[in-house]
Amino acid sequence: MTAESTTPPREPDAFEQAMDRRPVKGRSLWVDAWHRLKRNKAALAGAGLLVVIVVMVTIGPMLNPWDHEIPDWDHYSTPPSLETGHLMGTDALGRDLFERVMVGGRISLLVGLVATLVSLFIGVLYGATAGYLGGRVDNWMMRAVDAIYALPFMFFVILLMVVFGRNIFLIFVAIGAVNWLDMARIVRGQTLSLKNKAFIEAARASGATERQVIVRHIIPNLLGVVAVYVSLTIPQVILVESFLSFLGLGVQEPLTSWGALVNEGAQELETAPWSLLFPAAFLAATLFAFNFLGDGLRDALDPRDR
Amino acid sequence: MALLEVRDLTVTFDTPDGVVHAVNGLSFDLEPGQTLGIVGESGSGKTQTALAMMGLLAENGRASGSVRFRGQELLGLSTSEQTRIRGSKISMIFQDPVSALNPYMSIGEQLIEVLTHHRNLKRGPARARAIEMLRQVRISDPERRMRQYPHQLSGGMCQRIMIAMGLLCQPDLLIADEPTTALDVTVQSQINLLMGELSEKSSTAIVLITHDLGVVAGLCDKVLVMYAGEVMEMADVEPLFADPAHPYSQGLLESVPRLDREDSGILRAIPGNPPDLVSLPTGCPFRARCDYAFDACTEHPKLEPFDDDRWKRCFLESRPMPKSSEENA
Amino acid sequence: MLNYSLKRLASAVPTLLILITVAFFLIRIAPGGPFDSEKALPPEIEANLEAKYQLDDPLVVQYVRYLGDILMFDFGPSFHYRDWTVNELIAQGAPVSFTLGAIALVLAMLFGTTIGVWAALKQNTVADYATMSIAMIGISVPNFVMAPLLVLAFAIGLGWLPAGGWDGSVSRMVLPSIALALPMIAYIARITRGSMIEVLHSDFIRTARAKGLPEREVLVRHALKPALLPVISYLGPAAAAILTGSVVIERIFTIPGIGSHFVQGALNRDYTLVMGVVIFYGVLIIVLNYLVDLVYAWLDPRIRYDN
Repeated sequence: MTAESTTPPREPDAFEQAMDRRPVKGRSLWVDAWHRLKRNKAALAGAGLLVVIVVMVTIGPMLNPWDHEIPDWDHYSTPPSLETGHLMGTDALGRDLFERVMVGGRISLLVGLVATLVSLFIGVLYGATAGYLGGRVDNWMMRAVDAIYALPFMFFVILLMVVFGRNIFLIFVAIGAVNWLDMARIVRGQTLSLKNKAFIEAARASGATERQVIVRHIIPNLLGVVAVYVSLTIPQVILVESFLSFLGLGVQEPLTSWGALVNEGAQELETAPWSLLFPAAFLAATLFAFNFLGDGLRDALDPRDR
Repeated sequence: MALLEVRDLTVTFDTPDGVVHAVNGLSFDLEPGQTLGIVGESGSGKTQTALAMMGLLAENGRASGSVRFRGQELLGLSTSEQTRIRGSKISMIFQDPVSALNPYMSIGEQLIEVLTHHRNLKRGPARARAIEMLRQVRISDPERRMRQYPHQLSGGMCQRIMIAMGLLCQPDLLIADEPTTALDVTVQSQINLLMGELSEKSSTAIVLITHDLGVVAGLCDKVLVMYAGEVMEMADVEPLFADPAHPYSQGLLESVPRLDREDSGILRAIPGNPPDLVSLPTGCPFRARCDYAFDACTEHPKLEPFDDDRWKRCFLESRPMPKSSEENA
Repeated sequence: MLNYSLKRLASAVPTLLILITVAFFLIRIAPGGPFDSEKALPPEIEANLEAKYQLDDPLVVQYVRYLGDILMFDFGPSFHYRDWTVNELIAQGAPVSFTLGAIALVLAMLFGTTIGVWAALKQNTVADYATMSIAMIGISVPNFVMAPLLVLAFAIGLGWLPAGGWDGSVSRMVLPSIALALPMIAYIARITRGSMIEVLHSDFIRTARAKGLPEREVLVRHALKPALLPVISYLGPAAAAILTGSVVIERIFTIPGIGSHFVQGALNRDYTLVMGVVIFYGVLIIVLNYLVDLVYAWLDPRIRYDN
């Protein structure tokens, strides 16, 4: 037992320490994520498709001679044709479908973007507050989220539309306001786990203020999940808007959106199937592209998959 | 005939970052009833060696070379032939006993299915045998444990159950992959005691994978020191501990506190990190971290016999001088 | 287990209360009363109507009375269909909607889990990628787009099935239930595949293999249950999605279920009807979620035996 006095404390022994020092490549999260994303062909195709769609709805109406409201009196319900100049045909009122699909696309994408930003704002604020404060406040805040979570969303949005009338700003707010729950949960979970990470402790121990901790450490580390979530929320929101518009509760004439166009098309199914097919294809392609991109981003940015 | 003859075992994994060379030309023999310790740092290929022998490598892993068990080649066996050997003639227990047990099945179900499957026992006798086995691994109130679920038991208890499960069919070989790493220190020594007891009582040979040299000294007959997927040194326990021939073995021994030596006062870490298994360095893989490296080490050394049934992979003619005694002198 | 179910029940009650309260006050703060949608009524008739529907009491009294009514499952008279109560409208549509929803849910579970398990077992093969790409299309094509496309193909194009209506016959159920189930099948297939892959890589599956169990037994005895648990917990949201989807599907196929009442009610600003349906569905979803949680807890020994 003589050796005991000279033996240093047992933990952590040098061998274990040596084991902890495994080779780590000095790649940052974002560079790493970019490399993974580049390998994901489906996600890249999704991104490419989105760019095409966005460019189309942006400059398409500028190049197209027709107006989305004014009918072409010579052509009612005509199929797509180069001769008439109606690339996607006309609807029962003689309006140019290409123009309407492009203008409708602007609305659908805009709603997707704005409503997502609304839900992002509420969700991040709520979730980060709950996660950062922790304890009892967190407990109650998340219970409230759970309680609201169990409500039937879409019915509530419809109720809102019924009560407050159908206008586009209300759609933004209504959709955004019900969609923030997921974001709040995710951000809260992330904040909670970040808060206890060693590097945050280290920052605090070295004298950083709370503000610095939040701005320099918590927010940058939240960006990844937020990016993933945004790319997955936009298609959801577009879907909700088109659902409402399909029912006649969303965007109202003279404005239109893909959902409203699908609705019109579905009513002329037998006489003018193209008036269903074009908006349906654009809507589905957009959702498809967003979903693939979001999936790819999640795989690229989610550290659990490593 | 040796129970297990491993020749030139090589394990690689295809990953997006390149081919990982986890095990590189490993060879060793194991006699019936013998206990072999495999030691080395994380990533030295110990666990993959064991999984390759069991045929349980991950999907992107490939094993080549030869593993003969009682003369039968294990690599390249069909799945149905493998399942006949696994759990019956060769068993394996894992590092984290709590997650190694199915959380959705009672302990009893998990034990009984081994016997109904391999021994064609009816549930009744299988149950009785399982309870008896639980007693042998010193589990109190085994009838009650049979009805319980893994999350209701402690880690030490779960590892005892894993050991019992592994021994149910009285296998010829038990592979234990760091069986105590995930457990509390006090529980570790209990499990080690149990393992020692079992290896003495039964005729089961044991391959014990560990980074705990103290356990090796207490339990094993033979030691195999692995580094970067290769054997660095292989010998019986006593000579290796008394007189390590490879600088890496020596480094490992110096990095744990020992009570049986005058000069054990100073602990030493081996400087540096293990090599990148995707692009292995040419020459001796330990060269970059070795205090004794010299010109010859840019060539890859062979595993060569010396003394009485000892093997080392090193160009050094003489023994590496223990660093601590140099300084003490 | 009893403890857990009580705790879970305690959290379901506030959800219900929030639902009813929000719904109640939303209606009350709505701009314009329910009767000024058409031409302006003389004040005395309006007062009469308000008295009839007890809208002249203080708000708190109305709220408490409303709570009481809801507890007795009395949603009051419809504002639009003057001769009908909301209860009657719901009772009339419910059997149709439930038949449709139940068929869709069963289809979704059956096909979704089977496809998911299959894809997981073929992980990273062409078959897996193809299946999952199709599933992604299934998720991306909303059912109100899928439904008219199905009608176009199978009713108008091929003439195999009727394009709409409801008489309880199987041929009229096929298209609507498939349209309703398709996105759900895709979604469940993705969940199942993901969880199956995760389970197959878990330590206890490696143990099961190390025990020498044949792969089929590893799969059936050890992997299937944990892999399907996420699907079980998805049943609550799935039911909600089916109810939501039924609103558009019933409209497209002109099926006289609750959903079509709901849309009509929404377009007519029939407050009591819309609210009745929202609360009815809300309660249904909350109860379903509760039951699903209980089943989940019962299946997972870690919750069943949690002290």
